[in-house]
Amino acid sequence: MFEIFGIPSTALFGQLLIGLINGSFYALLSLGLAVIFGMLNIINFSHGAQYMMGAFAAYLLLQYSGIGYWPALIVAPVLVGITGMIVERLFLQWLYKLDHLYGLLLTFGLALIIEGVARNHYGSAGMPYTVPESLQGGRNLGFMFLPNYRAWVIVASLTICIATWFVIERTRLGAYLRAATENPSLVRAFGINVPRMITLTYGFGVALAAFAGVMAAPIYNVSPQMGSELIIVVFAVVVIGGMGSILGAIVTGFGLGVIEGLTKVFFPEASNTVIFVIMAIVLLVRPAGLFGRGG
Amino acid sequence: MDRAADPLLSVRALVLAPSKTIAFVVMVVALVVAPFFTYPLFLMQAMCFALFACAFNLLIGYVGLLSFGHALYFGWASYLSAYSAKAWGFPPELAILTGTATAAICGLAAGSLAIRRQGIYFAMITLALAQMMFFFALQAKFTGGEDGIQAVPRGTLFGLIDLHNEMAMYVVVLVIFLAGFLFIYRIVHSPFGEVLKAIRENEPRAISLGYKTDRYKLVAFVLSATLAGVAGATKAIVLQLASLTDVNWPMSGEVVLMTLVGGLGTIFGPIVGSFVILLMQYKLAIVGEWVLVIQGVIFVACVLLFRRGIVGELANWLRIRL
Repeated sequence: MFEIFGIPSTALFGQLLIGLINGSFYALLSLGLAVIFGMLNIINFSHGAQYMMGAFAAYLLLQYSGIGYWPALIVAPVLVGITGMIVERLFLQWLYKLDHLYGLLLTFGLALIIEGVARNHYGSAGMPYTVPESLQGGRNLGFMFLPNYRAWVIVASLTICIATWFVIERTRLGAYLRAATENPSLVRAFGINVPRMITLTYGFGVALAAFAGVMAAPIYNVSPQMGSELIIVVFAVVVIGGMGSILGAIVTGFGLGVIEGLTKVFFPEASNTVIFVIMAIVLLVRPAGLFGRGG
Repeated sequence: MDRAADPLLSVRALVLAPSKTIAFVVMVVALVVAPFFTYPLFLMQAMCFALFACAFNLLIGYVGLLSFGHALYFGWASYLSAYSAKAWGFPPELAILTGTATAAICGLAAGSLAIRRQGIYFAMITLALAQMMFFFALQAKFTGGEDGIQAVPRGTLFGLIDLHNEMAMYVVVLVIFLAGFLFIYRIVHSPFGEVLKAIRENEPRAISLGYKTDRYKLVAFVLSATLAGVAGATKAIVLQLASLTDVNWPMSGEVVLMTLVGGLGTIFGPIVGSFVILLMQYKLAIVGEWVLVIQGVIFVACVLLFRRGIVGELANWLRIRL
């Protein structure tokens, strides 16, 4: 063990790791928000609640049907994604012609409903979800102890983020998506079913949130309010990064997670607020956001 | 005579708009007789929230800016009002002024950051800044953390009126509420208010007509935050309590809900909305957490079916303006 700036290296790297973990969730969630906003022009306030739904889905699958972590990692996002698509068909599709604000208000209402139902059934205390057996334990890297599960979360979320970026920026499907964002009526004229694409995009964005939720379940407890606190930080992340760029959302998410982790080491009182302070500074220096294109 | 300097203009404007005058008279009469029929404490709380919602509506209804962080101004005004009354022994009028000034300063700081971005980003920035100030309130010593500031003395107004008398307190709150309401009415129907509406309808056009829209937006934001502060500071004296609930994000959501239910951009809507929502909370207190679900359902229903809100629908049906 050695020291850096008077801080034991294990503490420093430990917080750095927690920062990367938080950053993974910021990145996954802000990515989902950006994808949904690009296509639907709606800020999905229920994103945090849907992240919480993912964690609950994993918990309930284990409790009632004995479905473990690995299948839940696929099943929970699919289930939650389907509820998202139903929400889009039932509610959101009527709002596209209105001011953006109504989308925010409606999804805020949905978030209250989801969180309220969860609280009624499970109270506000958290419920533990154990780390899958194959990922228990960890390895000693010499300068720090790295739990296997945490390494997996970072690798998995990085992979999903990069895969999403690749699909949207480098494939034909992504090209349709980007074209439909720019000019939906023209893309429709080419024979592409844009409304269905919008529904699927929303489902995908929601599934991303649920995926993050399943991965978060073993790290934080599964609790009804786990989403609402996170989503406000993610909003700040989105303001800092700007929603114009997929890669920007990923980089900003991880970066801010790390900065938050380091703040916990050097100035713990400010760790809750550092992202908001950075947001204020970015607004002063670069109002359009780090990767933004105006707006 | 200079239009802007005429203090009677708001009264005159009311006289010129008969439907609004009638509604205003009905409201005043109802608020004067109401304490003889129901709990004055509930009415006072409702009036504080009504003023809060009116202040919020000044932004969303007349400038088209959705602030999702108005709990910041309400809550921090409430804290400073409670603290100055309890720890420094300020009389109620000074305590409320202290709270209001706090809200104005916070509004100036947050507003000048938030107006740098438009639309949906504006909402996210105001929410994030409010959350930041929530964490400050959580960590600061003087706010009392989870306990809040309890048993705030109501004191004696101007050294003359003992506010522990429920009726005296009621009259004071009624006067503050009506003054705030008329002030907002005056703002909305002033040349300044017309520019705000022009910005709401078409900001680039307002800019091209030579208006410095950022300045107008900032002034409107500070006014709205200050009035929300008056509401919060008064609430702290009335309920003798300032707590984390007042600064947390659900409070920001609640004021949005009140205004939406009553009717965005209508002058009486926020008042009706806040009475309806508060009444609902009182009646449904027994069902506990379901209140959250019901509020969510009301949000969804309002956005999908009643975007004009109660007062907006009523005015539309009667073909008048309220």
